[in-house]
Amino acid sequence: MEKFSYVNATSLEQVTALLSDSGWGEVMLIAGGTDLLAELKEYVETPKTLVNLKTLPGMDAIEADASGLKIGALATVADIARHPTIQQHYTVLAQAAGSVATPQIRNVGTLGGNLCQRPRCWYYRDESTDCLKKGGDICYAVDGLSKYHAILGGDPVYIVHPSDIAPALIALGASLKIVGPEGEKTMSLEEFFTLPAANPFRENVLEPNEIVVEVQVPPAKPNTKSFYLKAREKGAPDFALASVAGVFEMDGKTCKSASVVLGGVAPAPWRSKEAEAALTGKMVDDTVSKQAGADAVKDAQPLNDNAYKVTLTQNLISRAAMMAAS
Amino acid sequence: MPDKEKKQGTSISRRSFLKGVGTGTVAATVAPSVLIGGEKAADAQEGDAVASATIQLNINGKPYQVEVEARTTLLTVLRDGIDTSGNNVDLTGAKLICDRGECGGCTVMVDGKPVYACMMLAMDAQDTQITTVEGLADGDDLHPVQEAFIQHDALMCGFCTPGFVVSSAALLSENTKPTLEEIKVGLSGNTCRCGTYPFIFDAVKTASKKM
Ligand SMILES: Cc1cc2nc3c(=O)[nH]c(=O)nc-3n(C[C@@H](O)[C@@H](O)[C@H](O)COP(=O)(O)OP(=O)(O)OC[C@H]3O[C@@H](n4cnc5c(N)ncnc54)[C@H](O)[C@@H]3O)c2cc1C
Ligand code: SF4
Ligand code: FES
Ligand code: FES
Repeated sequence: MEKFSYVNATSLEQVTALLSDSGWGEVMLIAGGTDLLAELKEYVETPKTLVNLKTLPGMDAIEADASGLKIGALATVADIARHPTIQQHYTVLAQAAGSVATPQIRNVGTLGGNLCQRPRCWYYRDESTDCLKKGGDICYAVDGLSKYHAILGGDPVYIVHPSDIAPALIALGASLKIVGPEGEKTMSLEEFFTLPAANPFRENVLEPNEIVVEVQVPPAKPNTKSFYLKAREKGAPDFALASVAGVFEMDGKTCKSASVVLGGVAPAPWRSKEAEAALTGKMVDDTVSKQAGADAVKDAQPLNDNAYKVTLTQNLISRAAMMAAS
Repeated sequence: MPDKEKKQGTSISRRSFLKGVGTGTVAATVAPSVLIGGEKAADAQEGDAVASATIQLNINGKPYQVEVEARTTLLTVLRDGIDTSGNNVDLTGAKLICDRGECGGCTVMVDGKPVYACMMLAMDAQDTQITTVEGLADGDDLHPVQEAFIQHDALMCGFCTPGFVVSSAALLSENTKPTLEEIKVGLSGNTCRCGTYPFIFDAVKTASKKM
């Protein structure tokens, strides 16, 4: 790690003032540091100043009531995974949080850091590789090693978004509260994430002088079943090869509405409108669930090493649909 | 302490890694987080940027005053730190292995919860209670987990053992009677290259009977 100075945040105003005008990379935010410190250790980022958000009071609260859920950006992944109301009424979120990394990382890693974490692409994480995402000319994954890269929405940068929590929150219709120098704004979490065609350098629309402060989730609908299915390379903790966050409003075996968001397969959490359309209003059986999986990947464009993700994604979607109907 | 630089090989050939590139080197350098040196912010106020500071850490019930840089990790202080009276902190139970939060060798408890000391800045560990493997025994009385590891011979080379012992103790302090599945999840952040997992799981079962 290069040297940096450290500032304990005292207020959101102070943080936005420290961030303003510096652009990306000079002054950086640190929450749990489980993602950022690895970037610093690899010299992928070399900030002059780190602003420690953990000293901001009250930003780690989780509030659950009839109006839904409010989760502060500093809530840890472990706190989300073990929250009784989240486990009971927002199962997909508890499962997604519980599937993140390891107990040691879940105890320290925060919600805000999870949503804003940077790609795990091995070219991006390599100090000496100047790929497209880092301002270079090409995405090395296209002709290089692409086992863990995108099959959907890639062009021109084929990272996958590494967050497990984001797909679950998007499937639940969550929105995000952001604070910047001009004050506060709220946007849907789905619109927060961007594809590389819009901006190859960032994974979301956050400006360099803005902070994520809270996630809001609308109340869970009755008769809803939700799951997070995550395929990993081994039985051990790891990022998703592919994952499915599914929220299904069911009437017996009939699916009244479906929200299906994929992780690990695209540069942003990927809502599969195709799978949703294939399930909505249908009696979910083997044929319907398989069709939903097939429709979801019909536009997939795998690279040299990741065609396996097409089958994997397809099967995860049909499994989630069958689970909803059983 | 000077920056130590270590070359790390990649398991794939450089050519296939960088297919389509003309130039570029791939070997990643890993510099273990450095301890002291550099400019010091005198009389820093809350909200000021500091490059280094004298901090107090509470480790195994004992206060330690150490001077650290902002980039110094908790693991570096435990293993290589020197307190302000010139004594080595010398708590080398937590191991520096991957330095990336991937192996669990550096696991310690912060306020009773297992964390990776390599992925936590020392400055962030102020105002917490840190427990390392050295702090688990009560004088000559070993922690039930330590006794059970000996009884089940739950190690080969032993390099991963301190991390596993701390994770196991943390698990049992939260859940005194874990199922095998809960033990596996609780220890999923620790890796043993010698493959002693079944013995470790048995040891945790045995230890749980004494909790
Ligand atoms: C070995 C390993 C395995 C992992 N496995 C998984 C996995 O399976 N699934 C998964 O989802 N993640 C995984 N992770 C990533 C893990 O770092 C995140 O899950 C964690 O939640 C990040 O939170 P943090 O608070 O530590 O983030 P930090 O490292 O503190 O921050 C990450 C980034 O977000 C920015 N940031 C942080 N908070 C805010 C905020 N409030 N507003 C704006 N920007 C902010 C920081 O500037 C930084 O760029 C893994 C990490 C490791 C090291
Ligand atoms: S996928 Fe993105 S981060 Fe990886 S090499 Fe391509 S441009 Fe760079
Ligand atoms: S040395 Fe910290 S997890 Fe490997
Ligand atoms: S005993 Fe050798 S690594 Fe676990």
